[in-house]
Amino acid sequence: MNIGDQIGLELGDATRNAFGEALRDLGASHPNLVVVDGDVGNSTRTQLFGEAYPDRFFQVGIAESNMVSVAAGFALAGRQAVTASFAAFLTCNAYDQIRMSVGFPRANVKLVGSHAGISIGEDGPSQMGIEDLSLMSSVPGMIVLCPADAASARCLTARMLETDGPVYMRTGRPKVPIVHPDDCDLRIGRAAVLREGSDVTLIACGLMVAMALEAASVLSDEGVEARVIDMHTLKPIDVDAIRSASLQTGAIVTAEEHLLDGGLGSMVARVVCREAPSPMGYVGMNNTFAESGPPDELLQKYGLTAGRIVEEARGVVARKVGQG
Amino acid sequence: MVTASYGSLNIGALEAIRRRLAISSIRATTKAGSGHPSTCLSASHLVTALYFGGVMHYDPSRPDWPERDRFVLSKGHGAPIQYAALHEAGVIDLDPMTLRELGSPLEGHPNARKVAGVEASTGSLGQGLSIALGMALAARLDGHDSRVFALLGDGELDEGQVWEAAMAAAKYDVDTLVAIVDRNGYQQMGNAHEIMPLDPLSPKWEAFGWRAIEIDGHDWPLVLGALKKAREKSGKPTVVIAHTQKGHGVTRILEDPGNKFHGVPLKPDEAEIAIQEIEGA
Repeated sequence: MNIGDQIGLELGDATRNAFGEALRDLGASHPNLVVVDGDVGNSTRTQLFGEAYPDRFFQVGIAESNMVSVAAGFALAGRQAVTASFAAFLTCNAYDQIRMSVGFPRANVKLVGSHAGISIGEDGPSQMGIEDLSLMSSVPGMIVLCPADAASARCLTARMLETDGPVYMRTGRPKVPIVHPDDCDLRIGRAAVLREGSDVTLIACGLMVAMALEAASVLSDEGVEARVIDMHTLKPIDVDAIRSASLQTGAIVTAEEHLLDGGLGSMVARVVCREAPSPMGYVGMNNTFAESGPPDELLQKYGLTAGRIVEEARGVVARKVGQG
Repeated sequence: MVTASYGSLNIGALEAIRRRLAISSIRATTKAGSGHPSTCLSASHLVTALYFGGVMHYDPSRPDWPERDRFVLSKGHGAPIQYAALHEAGVIDLDPMTLRELGSPLEGHPNARKVAGVEASTGSLGQGLSIALGMALAARLDGHDSRVFALLGDGELDEGQVWEAAMAAAKYDVDTLVAIVDRNGYQQMGNAHEIMPLDPLSPKWEAFGWRAIEIDGHDWPLVLGALKKAREKSGKPTVVIAHTQKGHGVTRILEDPGNKFHGVPLKPDEAEIAIQEIEGA
């Protein structure tokens, strides 16, 4: 993929790799941590932890329901448990277990869903988690994270392990552009402003953050200065950052590699409508499953591009002027 | 630990406790106007034996003692008898008669965040054995010589997750995990054998790598013997399949045509008759 090429973003590692390496590296300082796998540790990268700490790595086979509840049992007995699978299988197959074994008792389980979004490409829609953020946000008390690049995935993995209680983190398969410095210091619930601007705000998560930066560059050439926010924490969402963005720029576009129903856009809209109404545009999957194909072409076909963000931004800026 | 004193109780004393727990379950559900007394009655010997028969090692004054044996009520609709047992043991001083009232921690199904001694929040069937397995693996990792008992309904065995847990427990040779199946033969829509046949049940568990012990779940010596044997490590996880009667000891429920007593409390007059029947048995 060539996301961010035009603005000179360097391609970095995949967020799943960064997560897996961070988890392994944190294993020594977190002796209480256990990892439960459902036969996809080489995909989610929890295998790296398993190789380093085989006595704290449990392989329960292709059985996501059992995997999540076993992780909950560890947590209820005083351990911190990380369990990971493809976002689609983890959050859809084991939703009830996440709700009842983890969410309701507020068990100290960290759920990591990899291969999220449509950028996994050729494997097709059965493998693409496009509703995970919505599902996980609908569990009361769940913290929901969606890192944009490798550095932020490393940082958020560490932050996640500092918390006590249920957390969901989304990771992706492809290499993604670097948008944060190597030593970035993100805080859960505090959005990262990556670019300042006063005409419109682009709020994105995951892969779409790099696209938003690219869109901001295009808009700047047109004389529209866009603020770009990495909303790496969807829940609890950064209300202050959204309010300020709405008050100071007067127009907002959200961008996510996820269904529009219940995703980042709807969460931001809820805050905007209540705190400081502004015209909004949305980039995301619109009421459809995707299909097999090369990631670049899929992102194009389903409108997850910098170009679409630019179009939405032009639209909301025009509506803003119209209102004035 | 308190198990020494409970372990010394004779069957007469245990039966007296069992009757109190059964009566508490009936009274609480009748007062609440909803709930599942019949499933509490089928499990009454099993639950009494676990808490008071010298089976579980626990300390009522320290329900969070790290090395305790744990009990997971996977069939969460049996909550009233667990509340009654925790109250009888002195783990909680909550009034079991506040069952299902707004503001009472004694909710319709067990809530681990609200009630001491409730190890897991259950009510969505099929999850308890997996949770118990995680607890047993954690105890092993912590070097604790403790056991985890999970009580499942027979209808609950329709859930595929139970068998996922069964496979994983056998893989890890978790001989500190005990599944107890309350085989009362009925589930929500009627006869469990018709809704989803489970037989041959012991061979099924054995094929999954478990040690199976099959007993009459209302026979004191057999119940105590099986659960104490299950507590002894054998290299395999153990399932105790207890053949029981849904509504044991209460003619009104036992003789009701069509098993209409799933999730239905006794009416106040029926409850009084049932209580007299249990006390006079």
